[in-house]
Amino acid sequence: MPIQVLMPALSPTMEKGNLAKWLKKEGETIKSGDVIAEIETDKATMEVEATDEGTLGKILIPEGTADVAVNTPIATILADGESAADLAKAPAPAKQEKAAESAPPAAAKAEAPAPKAAPAPQAVAEPDPEVPAGTEMVTQTIREALRDAMAEEMRRDADVFVMGEEVAEYQGAYKVTQGLLQEFGARRVIDTPITEHGFAGVGVGAAMTGLKPIVEFMTFNFAMQAIDQIINSAAKTLYMSGGQMGCSIVFRGPNGAAARVAAQHSQDYASWYSNIPGLKVVAPFSAADYKGLLKAAIRDPNPVIFLENEMLYGHTGEVPKLDDFVIPIGKARIVRSGSHVTIISWSNGMSYALKAADELAKEGIEAEVIDLRTLRPMDTETIINSVKKTGRAVTVEEGWAQSGVGAEIAARIMENAFDYLDAPVARVTGKDVPMPYAANLEKLALPSAAEVVEAAKAVCYR
Amino acid sequence: MAAPKKAAASSPQDKTDGGSPPEFTREQELKALRDMLLIRRFEEKAGQLYGMGAIGGFCHLYIGQEAVVVGMQMALKQGDQVITGYRDHGHMLATGMEANGVMAELTGRRGGYSKGKGGSMHMFSKEKHFYGGHGIVGAQVSLGTGLAFANNYRSNGNVSVTYFGDGAANQGQVYESFNMAELWKLPVIFVIENNRYAMGTSVSRASAQQDFSKRGASFNIPGMQVDGMDVRAVKAAADEAAAWCRSGKGPMILEMQTYRYRGHSMSDPAKYRTREEVEKVRHDQDPIEQVRNRLLAAKVSEADLKAIDAGVRDIVNASADFAQHDPEPDAAELWTDVYR
Repeated sequence: MPIQVLMPALSPTMEKGNLAKWLKKEGETIKSGDVIAEIETDKATMEVEATDEGTLGKILIPEGTADVAVNTPIATILADGESAADLAKAPAPAKQEKAAESAPPAAAKAEAPAPKAAPAPQAVAEPDPEVPAGTEMVTQTIREALRDAMAEEMRRDADVFVMGEEVAEYQGAYKVTQGLLQEFGARRVIDTPITEHGFAGVGVGAAMTGLKPIVEFMTFNFAMQAIDQIINSAAKTLYMSGGQMGCSIVFRGPNGAAARVAAQHSQDYASWYSNIPGLKVVAPFSAADYKGLLKAAIRDPNPVIFLENEMLYGHTGEVPKLDDFVIPIGKARIVRSGSHVTIISWSNGMSYALKAADELAKEGIEAEVIDLRTLRPMDTETIINSVKKTGRAVTVEEGWAQSGVGAEIAARIMENAFDYLDAPVARVTGKDVPMPYAANLEKLALPSAAEVVEAAKAVCYR
Repeated sequence: MAAPKKAAASSPQDKTDGGSPPEFTREQELKALRDMLLIRRFEEKAGQLYGMGAIGGFCHLYIGQEAVVVGMQMALKQGDQVITGYRDHGHMLATGMEANGVMAELTGRRGGYSKGKGGSMHMFSKEKHFYGGHGIVGAQVSLGTGLAFANNYRSNGNVSVTYFGDGAANQGQVYESFNMAELWKLPVIFVIENNRYAMGTSVSRASAQQDFSKRGASFNIPGMQVDGMDVRAVKAAADEAAAWCRSGKGPMILEMQTYRYRGHSMSDPAKYRTREEVEKVRHDQDPIEQVRNRLLAAKVSEADLKAIDAGVRDIVNASADFAQHDPEPDAAELWTDVYR
């Protein structure tokens, strides 16, 4: 029976890609290991190698096709003795949705952010007060929004530079710094050795002289190697020097769970950094916020921890087309207004929160959803004003519950709005375990929209 | 790349080969004497104030090592940065920071360099290009490399002088920094102050490679062993290293072989070395006595030298007085300087 060649995934988070080129023609002999096609995503290009021997029977997806879902059959290979007539015996190409569902990465993402076709950030009901009415919007991926923010700030200020692993020639491990080397050159876009502790310290030292480094960590998991420099040197120097010497520096990179990378690559550090006076901590969700807040972070005279989320990089959103779109650090945003319960989240937690709000609305519960955007300084006022209105609150985060950001929010609500509460604050968090690898366990370890719905109903006594 | 160079002397007790370093002019000798005396008298006074309870917490004295910072500073030019660890009072005075401000920081008063919020280990001066004062052993090596990175980025011709001890030399980030410094040809002089003890652990008990000038060998960073008790040797090595850095050749390592007379901190048990060992170094190699003896041999009068000492004592006594009478920081200072 003819063998199907499936659209491969370049990474656990890849959902679809473009079939750039066929290198073999129908009827050509194929040996195991032969490169038969090239596929590409916005991040990378990969060659598709044959793992079977025979003859290329039929090309099912012509070259130049965009957005081919992972696991879609792209060609058939005929074994020895088979002919084109046998093609009819090949199993019918599975429907794309089904193929995607059966793929391990897709399974892990069943509760992951809204699919790209329906970009989550636009699902918001409330207009962004930072954007003047009538502003022209452009649709961008979060990856592009981040890149544009850095490029704009580098054009504006010659003291701004980017350093980190693979930020230059590789174009960014997650392609966030794509094109920066070409525009700004190797002096300002600097590939470092794999040496987080060392280059974080070099960045802080440079910042102490007045330069404004953007230090990219390939992920915040690796920043644990550098956390001494971040906390003891970057966060504390201004205070220890009596205000003489501080540092304007941004530490940025993906934080929290990606997909199927297990415990050492899937930790949320939001509560760790938000514990530290001297640091500002930003964790946006929408593409516009990613751009506006990164620009603000680069300009901020203090050290800023800018927590991104790998699962969101490919998501698109509407970004205002303004010459200088900067969102102030420290301001939350009400992205959906409601009167029954307040749901507070940030970063990828917002995807669960917004989905849950949709579900709750169907059952007559109107949730007010607050995107915190900045964790330190925390916009307590926006939270408290909302809770005074709704009397109920649910926090949503991917990090662990103990000493988590949700615990802090709950304490602030208790301190400032105790008399307004009609129910104890509920927390939806990551489970109290290291992140497991197996797809089903990973899904269980993360929060879900269903858990947010359940928590919201519980505080509404429904 | 130049081959690692060998030192004039191999250890402070064992000044044998290599001959004498270039002579100082009389003015240089007098300046070195005065600057070293200032550090010594200051540290003696700090020790005294600590004993009186006027200084709290940790207090690490620099007595015995004065020739290192004074000799290094003589080779620097305007804008060159200095950064070090927690044994930092001598470095600050050498860069020209005021004794009053340093002493008042030790006593935790508002007139201290950090308004009383940093203490002995955490002081800075933007004006004097002194970047601290760091309490985490080895952290200043990456930071100092970052200062050199900034010099390179700005092409300003300045050099970062990054001091650390024989103990810090075993930290991992030191080698991460060596790698980047040589890779990017950064103008940084790594000054390893080998005073032979990391707290109470002797070099021989902590270091597989005890020749610290070779610690950059796997990164092709040249190194020199220097008699850190002879201010002239220090200055000569510093001149060479600074020229090397300024010419774009990258970093250089200077191992300063020196000795601390006092304990690691004020609560040192003094059980890990003998009193005789300390006395021998003091007697044979004291950096200040070396200069005094040369000046006396050159017919400078005892009275002139006494006048220098008296001038230094006046500065130190005034600083002690200031540091004990200056008010503590205002309570409102608790909340300032967290963000700017």
